[in-house]
Amino acid sequence: MTGSQASRITYTLESSLDSVNRVEQTAEQMAKKAGIDEDEVFRIAMAVREAAVNAVLHGNSYDPEKRITASFENTGESLVIRIADQGKGLDPETLPDPLAPENLLRGSGRGIFLIRSFMDEVHFKQLHPGTELTLIKHLGTAQTGS
Amino acid sequence: MSMKVNTRQVDGITILDLSGRITLGEGSVQLRDAVRDLLAKGSKLILLNLADVNYIDSSGIGELVSAYTTVRNQGGELKLLNLTKKVHDLLQITKLYTVFDVKDDEASAIASYARA
Repeated sequence: MTGSQASRITYTLESSLDSVNRVEQTAEQMAKKAGIDEDEVFRIAMAVREAAVNAVLHGNSYDPEKRITASFENTGESLVIRIADQGKGLDPETLPDPLAPENLLRGSGRGIFLIRSFMDEVHFKQLHPGTELTLIKHLGTAQTGS
Repeated sequence: MSMKVNTRQVDGITILDLSGRITLGEGSVQLRDAVRDLLAKGSKLILLNLADVNYIDSSGIGELVSAYTTVRNQGGELKLLNLTKKVHDLLQITKLYTVFDVKDDEASAIASYARA
């Protein structure tokens, strides 16, 4: 299901890896269209991919009955991407620090860290049920690649 | 877009030439299986050539870490060769660059392994 409002595009997708790839590709196309340089496009697309992986894998646990919602908006000042799941909810305060020495050799737990590293703003919103992540990249800095 | 794995032996070292993406559901499982197969055959000195790996996500990074610890726990050594700039930057950000033994020349990488 697809809807649009002004420059916002919203997809409601199955909890699958195909959806993750689609969301990543949409973010990449959006960032390129906004005139963002290649390295920054890579970071934005990766952050969005990680958010989608989080929603599909940790949020919805690949449940075929649950959907993820991804919306993409270029406000003129920022790229705003929202990814929502229908899972149990995520408390970002409880996530272990992947850079802590005791966590460095863990095989997982770096997704949210990478999202925060690559985006200018990351916001968590608890839904009932689920979690919505809002990822924001300000265009002023991204377009110059600084 | 899945990852390809080519295996070769050089002076007792097993080199895995990886190409493509190491991501959740794509290259991650292939990498895990490839390393597991090598360990099962007794090949514990492993060099991962990442020259043609153009993309890796957090799942792929986690798989590299798991491969590293699995090989090390079995008394072997796993090193990385020829990182692309993107993979290099990701390992820097995640503070893993100093955890892995990273090489940029195959011959010196081969020579660096401690052999029995």
